[in-house]
Amino acid sequence: MNILVCVKQVPGSNNVEVDPVTGVLKRNGVQSKINPYDLYAIEAALSLVERYGGAVEAITMGPPQAKAVIEETICMGANRGTVLTDRKFAGADVLATAYTISQGIKKCGEYDLIICGKQTTDGDTAQVGAEVAEYLGIANVSNVLSVDEVSSGKLLLTAALDDKNVKLSVKLPALISMDSDVNTPRLPSYKTKKTLREEDVTFFTFDDLDDKDPSHYGLTGSATQVERIFPPEKNDTKHIISGDHAAKTEELYQLLRTKKMV
Amino acid sequence: MSRLVINQNAVTPENAEAIKKICPFGAISYVDGKLDISSACKMCKMCVRKGGGVIEYVEEKTQELDKSLWRGVCVFADCTGGEIHRVTYELCGKARKLAEVTGHPVYAIMIGSKTSENAERLLHYGVDKVFVYDHEELADFRIEPYTAAFCDFIEKHRPSSVLIGATNLGRQLAPRVAARCRTGLTADCTMLEMKENTDLVQIRPAFGGNIMAQIITPNTRPQFCTVRYKIFDEPIPTKEPSGQIVHMEVSGDMLRSDIQVIKTFDKQRDVDIAEADVIVAIGRGASGEAMRAYAQELAELLGGMVACTRPLVESNLFDAKHQIGLSGRTVKPKLIICLGISGAVQFAAGMKSSDCIVAINTDPNAPIFDVAHYCITGDVNEIVPGLIEKIRGAKNV
Repeated sequence: MNILVCVKQVPGSNNVEVDPVTGVLKRNGVQSKINPYDLYAIEAALSLVERYGGAVEAITMGPPQAKAVIEETICMGANRGTVLTDRKFAGADVLATAYTISQGIKKCGEYDLIICGKQTTDGDTAQVGAEVAEYLGIANVSNVLSVDEVSSGKLLLTAALDDKNVKLSVKLPALISMDSDVNTPRLPSYKTKKTLREEDVTFFTFDDLDDKDPSHYGLTGSATQVERIFPPEKNDTKHIISGDHAAKTEELYQLLRTKKMV
Repeated sequence: MSRLVINQNAVTPENAEAIKKICPFGAISYVDGKLDISSACKMCKMCVRKGGGVIEYVEEKTQELDKSLWRGVCVFADCTGGEIHRVTYELCGKARKLAEVTGHPVYAIMIGSKTSENAERLLHYGVDKVFVYDHEELADFRIEPYTAAFCDFIEKHRPSSVLIGATNLGRQLAPRVAARCRTGLTADCTMLEMKENTDLVQIRPAFGGNIMAQIITPNTRPQFCTVRYKIFDEPIPTKEPSGQIVHMEVSGDMLRSDIQVIKTFDKQRDVDIAEADVIVAIGRGASGEAMRAYAQELAELLGGMVACTRPLVESNLFDAKHQIGLSGRTVKPKLIICLGISGAVQFAAGMKSSDCIVAINTDPNAPIFDVAHYCITGDVNEIVPGLIEKIRGAKNV
């Protein structure tokens, strides 16, 4: 089976802060890494291919440097990968991101299964996967705990809802998002890294995609708009609860009530 | 339609370097005397505000949307667990407040099987109409039929805003429906406000959490957002029901799906203190048998878990799974109550980013009070039993 894994390059650290005086975003280190949630998706794809044969291809959208996460995926065992990169893709919200990725996937050829991570550590929305599935017109399942079996064009899997788990049979092609901590991702191979070839990674720009209407991509294709960004109110005031035991107990109780814990 | 335009004539090698540094995402490059913005750009517009006019934000008029055609604030009522998920009530309360600004009605949409009792219950939460899609094949959540029913409702009743609880189900359904409507969706909003022009102001943590972003969906409808459980207040249910239940037709087309539910089973609950919203943590000053029992009871009353410091694990009072700190688990609950914990750095490192930290300790100079938000100097034995009493009393009313 052919499996596509969606991956993303995210900042190495999440310590982006707004300078409260100037309003400028302070960047702390630009080093990037592969979104840690994606590792479970990659591992799931690789072990499926080990069991059933086939190939794993990675796809990402981002700046040209995002090539690094495709290479890492290949070092873990994927066969090849694609980077969707173009300034026209910049500033994309969930809608435009999912659309761009779905356009890219259509150019990647035949696939049986698309696997995503649960969410990214920078956007944290956990929404792009389901929107990609909608654009491709295929079924999707989130919070997948295990892929149990593949047979006669169907995937047998276990997924988590809030109060229960479900065992589902899903007709392929489909898109699934793995939950976190569901497997032990393998480490990238240093040996493979030495033998990476130029042609292992394909770059697609706007011109390579079928839909050539720029208003569907990037900021112009986005339905949401960031009006402003601001630092959160800091709750660093230390509050001393005093009085006799009864007064302290009562104040603590009232605190739990306002916090909606009681 | 809007974009960033670089005024290349105003670019000098000096200001180019300065502008490059402004971008927190490293998206600006300066090559061969030209500035360029890569797709790493997140459109934070920092370069527009701080770049001395070199980079401009150009907004092109799109076709004006007639917002008056979209009326109503709609809440998705998540009830596949059999009962309505409580986040639904919280959203109903919020929807009512939002709708007051524009004079819009409040709707709820419910999808499932055997829904009548749940639908009736919603009429006590200030909803004007509950639209119900009830069919035995909708008993279990499957993405395609739920999306189809939801979109049928949107097509017929055109709500302006849609609020969905960020449950595992809501997080799959919301994006699927929003994408089909080709409209915006903002995840995990922590604040919602309504503008008089019916634009929903959606505020959420961005770029990892220590920055807030205020987001709008100006040119499309409906405006979708998801909200986590326990962000908004649950309203007090009204004694008398109000509003009406509207039964919607479920067509065969809607039920088409590539997914088959083979079976559902209860979740196995393994101890993971990192997942708890509430933690009652105990240290050496609260390690006696009686206090351990109190801590357990307090945790249960608050729907949380008991955790401990390293010495308690070493004295075999607790399994290592319960340990917080550098050599244990890192936790970030909404509330952590530290009982008799001095607060060694190794412990604090594992819990100091918790939303609300309460500490009770006899020593007023204990380092735990440096990380706590609410500090009580005193004996846990004098305070905790009384607190349990009060909470129990309130629950019995």
